[in-house]
Amino acid sequence: MSHNTLLVFELTILVLAIFLGFEVISKVPTLLHTPLMSGTNAIHGIVVVGAMVVLGAPHKDTFDWIVGFLAVVLGSANVVGGFVVTDRMLEMFKKREPAKEADASRDGQNGP
Amino acid sequence: MSTNLANLLYLIPIVSFILALHFLSNPAHARRGNQIGAAGMLVAVVVTWIKIGATSWWAIAVGMLIGGAFGAVAARRVKMTAMPQMVALFNGVGGGAAALIALAELHRILPEPGAPKVDISLAIVLSALIGSISFAGSMVAFAKLQELIGGRPITYPGQQFVNGAVLLTAAASGIALVSGVQDEWLLWVLVGAALLFGVLFVLPIGGADMPVVISLLNAFTGLAVAASGFELENNVLIVAGMLVGASGTLLTMMMSRAMNRSIANVLFGAFGQVSESAATAAAGDGGSVRSASAEDVAVMLAYAHKVIFVPGYGLAVAQAQHDLHQLADLLDAKGVEVSYAIHPVAGRMPGHMNVLLAEANVPYDELKEMDDANPEFSRTDVAVVVGANDVVNPDARNNQGSPIYGMPILNVDQANAVVVLKRSMNPGFAGIENPLFYNPKTVMLFGDAKDSIDKLIADVKGL
Repeated sequence: MSHNTLLVFELTILVLAIFLGFEVISKVPTLLHTPLMSGTNAIHGIVVVGAMVVLGAPHKDTFDWIVGFLAVVLGSANVVGGFVVTDRMLEMFKKREPAKEADASRDGQNGP
Repeated sequence: MSTNLANLLYLIPIVSFILALHFLSNPAHARRGNQIGAAGMLVAVVVTWIKIGATSWWAIAVGMLIGGAFGAVAARRVKMTAMPQMVALFNGVGGGAAALIALAELHRILPEPGAPKVDISLAIVLSALIGSISFAGSMVAFAKLQELIGGRPITYPGQQFVNGAVLLTAAASGIALVSGVQDEWLLWVLVGAALLFGVLFVLPIGGADMPVVISLLNAFTGLAVAASGFELENNVLIVAGMLVGASGTLLTMMMSRAMNRSIANVLFGAFGQVSESAATAAAGDGGSVRSASAEDVAVMLAYAHKVIFVPGYGLAVAQAQHDLHQLADLLDAKGVEVSYAIHPVAGRMPGHMNVLLAEANVPYDELKEMDDANPEFSRTDVAVVVGANDVVNPDARNNQGSPIYGMPILNVDQANAVVVLKRSMNPGFAGIENPLFYNPKTVMLFGDAKDSIDKLIADVKGL
């Protein structure tokens, strides 16, 4: 594929992703806006893939290598932290239990 | 692995990210969505790993271990009240990674004969610019929220001019690079100016405007990652980055609408200084404030049919979420219908208050959004405002001279009675007087929110 064909193709994907993003996200209730933010945060951690490509490419000098390595570190922190923290939050959202036991299970899991 | 096969396999993470966002439309299966997203991310990493082959594989592994360990530990340890700064931090490192990729890419391709193609250099410039702004801005937001530096707006004369000059420097170096000047130091100037701009533009923004800033920085990182996708010709980066960009943009618009201010006003207005004249104007017709004892309020609550709690960030500051839930359970056991009304900008990031209450084991079906809660107030016996102020200020509805006029609020003044738990009569962050406190229907219960609620619990139990 020539460079220009590829570019047009990528731009098409970009525009479709904008509309898809607005469509999907407008359906998220305000209740879940914080998990939405940290979840999308985890998703932009996909940048780690780019960092891997940069570090994995035959590098020219030490500068190249250091920058790529730092990018991998930052990107992986972004991915792992983002998904873990989102999971922790979503775990807490519970429906009202049908049979209510008032105090029994209050202090158990998920301390502050 | 061929590029075609890799791109085909990248469809798996792309679909899984879209599903992850789709599943977030309902709290019942939101967690599964997040897990699908994480699985998709794993596929993306494995496919990339195989595609790039064995070069530097150990460096990649070590880098991932360091970053991953840091991320996992930080994410496990963070308190839910500290969630905004955690999101800011992860947001910043994502933006930083995008900027670093741009640096490395330009460094690699510059010596090649012939200038890099215009679209590639444009993508490099954009991801370096936006990524650096997002990195520096997120770090300042983190420092502000973590109270490493003061949360008050920081302003000085000529601020807009300095910010403009810094941004112009970054833009000029960017334009030079795109138009074919082959000098690597131009990108360094660009990154330096962008970092400085990120710091300067978040510094003047006050703590209460953080929901807008964090959403905006989230959008920035998404855009930077999408730009990285163009420079590396990688579809999954383009789609995932743009999904985040769209999400952050939408949230930014929603948050500024919930404050009835334009995004420009939030970013450049340095709120907190504008309101003095209006505050005195509103306070003029004052009237008297009724304060009540915990026993009186306990009786009001215990014999009501329907009670709505309106929590604000003051509740989280007092760490009283668990106590509030305990009080609600106690009232519920007495046959009182209890729910919570949450304003969209309660807390320090979009939806923050919901997370704090969910952490205190409040079932999410009791958490009402503003539009669902407002029709309920006229049928409510007692509305209890805990640590909230501006989001229940009737001036936003009635007083055209008020700086918050037009901001959508929770209509607690339509309830039969209002109880306000408040530390003192000091006005809120914006320094705006609140006529709700002088309303004859309102009683004030002064004191620390946690102490007051604990007293209420004891008194309701004693009835």
